[in-house]
Amino acid sequence: MNPFSSGTRLRDMIRAIRACKTAAEERAVVRKECALIRAAVSDNDNGYRHRNLAQLMFIHMLGYPTHFGQMECLKLIAAPGFPEKRIGYLGLMLLLDERQEVLMLVTNSLKQDLNHANQYIVGLALCALGNICSAEMARDLAPEVERLLQFRDPNIRKKAALCSIRIVKKVPDLAENFVNPVVTLLKEKHHGVLLTGIQLCTELCNLSEEALEYFRKKCTEGLVKVLKDVVNSSYAPEYDISGIADPFLHIRLLRLLRVLGHGDADASDSMNDILAQVATKTESNKNAGNAILYECVETIMSIEDVSGLRVLAINILGRFLSNRDNNIRYVALNMLMKAVSIDDQAVQRHRATILECVKDSDASIRKRALELVYLLMNETNVKALAKELIDYLQVSDQDFKGDLTAKICSIVEKLSPDKIWYIDQMLKVLSEAGNHVKDEVWHALIVVITNASNLHGYTVRSLYKAIQKSADQATLVRVAVWCIGEYGDMLVNNIGMLDLEDPITVTENDAVDVVELAIKLHTSDLTTRAMCLIALLKLSSRFPSCSQRIKNIVTQSKGSLLLELQQRSIEFDSIIEKHQNIRSALVERMPVLDEATFSGRKTGSILAPAVSTINSASGVAISAAAPLVDFIDIGADEPSAAPPTSSGGNFLQDLLDVGTSPIPSQSGKTEAQRSGTDVLLDLLSIGPSPPQNSSSAPDLLSLSQDNKTSVSPLDSLSLATVPAVQASSTAMMDLLDGFGPSPPPTKDNGPAYPPIVAFESSSLRLTFNFSKQPGSPQETHIEADFTNKSSDVYTNFIFQAAVPKFLQLHLEPASSNTLPGNGTGAITQKLRVTNSQHGKKSIVMRIRISYKLNNKDVLEEGQISNFPRDL
Amino acid sequence: MIHFVLLISRQGKVRLTKWYSPYTQKERSKVIRELSGTILSRGPKLCNFVEWRGFKVVYKRYASLYFCMCINQEDNELEVLEIIHHYVEILDRYFGSVCELDLIFNFHKAYYILDEVLIAGELQESSKKTVARLVATQDSLVEAAKEEANSISNIIAQATK
Repeated sequence: MNPFSSGTRLRDMIRAIRACKTAAEERAVVRKECALIRAAVSDNDNGYRHRNLAQLMFIHMLGYPTHFGQMECLKLIAAPGFPEKRIGYLGLMLLLDERQEVLMLVTNSLKQDLNHANQYIVGLALCALGNICSAEMARDLAPEVERLLQFRDPNIRKKAALCSIRIVKKVPDLAENFVNPVVTLLKEKHHGVLLTGIQLCTELCNLSEEALEYFRKKCTEGLVKVLKDVVNSSYAPEYDISGIADPFLHIRLLRLLRVLGHGDADASDSMNDILAQVATKTESNKNAGNAILYECVETIMSIEDVSGLRVLAINILGRFLSNRDNNIRYVALNMLMKAVSIDDQAVQRHRATILECVKDSDASIRKRALELVYLLMNETNVKALAKELIDYLQVSDQDFKGDLTAKICSIVEKLSPDKIWYIDQMLKVLSEAGNHVKDEVWHALIVVITNASNLHGYTVRSLYKAIQKSADQATLVRVAVWCIGEYGDMLVNNIGMLDLEDPITVTENDAVDVVELAIKLHTSDLTTRAMCLIALLKLSSRFPSCSQRIKNIVTQSKGSLLLELQQRSIEFDSIIEKHQNIRSALVERMPVLDEATFSGRKTGSILAPAVSTINSASGVAISAAAPLVDFIDIGADEPSAAPPTSSGGNFLQDLLDVGTSPIPSQSGKTEAQRSGTDVLLDLLSIGPSPPQNSSSAPDLLSLSQDNKTSVSPLDSLSLATVPAVQASSTAMMDLLDGFGPSPPPTKDNGPAYPPIVAFESSSLRLTFNFSKQPGSPQETHIEADFTNKSSDVYTNFIFQAAVPKFLQLHLEPASSNTLPGNGTGAITQKLRVTNSQHGKKSIVMRIRISYKLNNKDVLEEGQISNFPRDL
Repeated sequence: MIHFVLLISRQGKVRLTKWYSPYTQKERSKVIRELSGTILSRGPKLCNFVEWRGFKVVYKRYASLYFCMCINQEDNELEVLEIIHHYVEILDRYFGSVCELDLIFNFHKAYYILDEVLIAGELQESSKKTVARLVATQDSLVEAAKEEANSISNIIAQATK
């Protein structure tokens, strides 16, 4: 043995590492040790191999890379002696996991060790196999393990049983091989073997319905008897835990009985007595006893209902719930959630206690309790429970507020008895935790408010009061600003007074104050500020006396660095200043928002991106799971869909010659090719276009600061204002004073669109023909024609398409899946595209075409962005 | 099923890790960081369960060490507390009033014992005595092999003197 390569002893190395005062020092020591070990590895030094590996494991535990030691493990495992193998297997389990290729190399050694004469070596191999085996190894070594289930020493049998669990989990097909050996294991007296046998049996039952049936018929009686024996056994010091003989065995038996009894009345009946005995006789003053009771309750809940067992179980949970131990309360809440579906009334009895748990100081308990309260809510108790939760919102932890708010909002939305209650509760939530409220929630609130026409005045006054106190809650500010903009006159004049209200005096200036404060608040984000600007524009018409003041506030945003704000500010300023005659029409109150559309959008946005499954002509459904990933990024690219609104500002800026701050030139460039008149049309959407096209014009008042938020219902709010604008083209010309002699633009919005060649390659051409149904401008029908330019026949022809989120795509089955050569025939397929951003973004599509040519798979992909712009 | 076992000291140092479900090296260190952050910051009177990434982590503090086991949502948390205690008692019996230093310098022993208690994330043996006996037998096998090696080298040394 070479004294120079021996390195340090394990103990000395650990001492040296522990003595390090800084992380840098520790790294230095570890580096040195690793270098020594690497040197020893390359020297192939046998004497200290196991010590080196032990050191490596320690280093590994500290989080340093140790892959160079992996081969050492294999060498040690291959060594003949027990000490080498012991440390080798330990290293194998520690340094490797089942996904490493190296592991395959150990299969042979494992096989030999599983057949070794020394039972402890067999034990080591079983342990390693059970902890890290992969599916391949499981398949290779299953016969050995199966044989070891009958080994003479029980300690090997129990290891083999657990190892089998891993094997059947990795390769479920092997399950049936283990069914018969398990029956023998279940008859064992040795606790370890019995314990592991029961676990294997449970696993097999979960994996295979046949195995479950078999065990249910063959073993239920026996297992009930085993449980009876364990429960009634006298004091056994070896297995005793706080006065109970082997609680682990109790629990595993109960778990297996649960699986056997579930859905089978006879089996459930046979375990009835013993369950009752366990539920009533088990001592509940120690954790072990409670663990058994907990398992027993779960079993009673899962098996078929027999006699009064469930009452017993619910009572145990009630006792648990009032326990002082937090652990017990936690599991009680957990189990009550399962009990709700079985016996709602019984759980409702504990409502008060559960509500207290929501306010517990322990985050885990709070979370469980909140989930449970959520399940317990119904029409009758929603008012009381929601009040409790909202009151608690005031004092709850910051990091719990998010969860709590989400649950309250969801409950209030789902179960509100009337609108006024809904609005009241939401205002409370917004005032308390407005910063935690999600966008959908306050969008939904606004939809409800517009629909409750008798409550407009009440709501805007409540909001006014609320915002005086909680001006720092972002979503409250948004809703308040929106409502003040819409219903400002009702606020000032106390219109629509309800009996329960106290009249308040708010002057027009007070109302403007609120919006001014909000727009100037440093925490306000772009959305809030943009909403403020719109509210101000609306107020300028509602409160003519404040018009000058509002103009000043609006003008202040002209210098904003945010393009959207700057643009809006300039636009609104010119409207206030020069266009009194159209202003009142422009800013009329929003029409009632359609709740159905809103909820439809909510679900629609979840369904997108639409990747379609196409039924090829043969009727085989082909799912487009793989292309999905690559299709989705269409939405991120936004290839041709630059927001048209941003160009408006640029253009208007030119137009009005106001250049207070520079605008990034890129945004101008992307729009450069578009004609100015077009942009203006978009901007004002007035002029000679026919009425059904008017909704295609993106609105002047659009809030969308970027493409992502454009699904918000406020878009639809602003869209809806457009039809209200019935200004004449002279008004437009008036706005354009100084624009010059450019002819009034006429947009060709005729129903006919020219067909396009959407995709063309050397072998294939795809043409799109468009048509629209009158009355639904958002929907485009596309007829796709595929033509084969080569002389060969394409078979298994499949066309797939994907679109970004703002589009919805429906693909109809193709006319055929065979495409004859030389252009002698064609496949046609109909597509229907719904553009939720109609008029703002044009359609884009990514396509993938696959077919077989001479039995070889061909795949063609492409992106179509040459759709006519206003589809 | 137990997905992994962690022993973390009060200072956040890892004393033992055992993974029964596949986690890459990167995920492992992330899991350890995340969990030691949540568990070490919890107060002493709170319950011993933490919900984490759809799993539950059951932990118990013994002196300066936190024993943590990660289980499925539907597993019995109270029983896992018993399993932790079971393991600690066996360690205690083996080392004779176990302390953190024992587990640092004899970390491999702690692993050997754990391998006799759990396999594939399931409980293997409910008798502490049996586990102690099995570990002791294997230790003596190692000792015997060492002595044999020593005696052989002694003989060689004497012979070549």
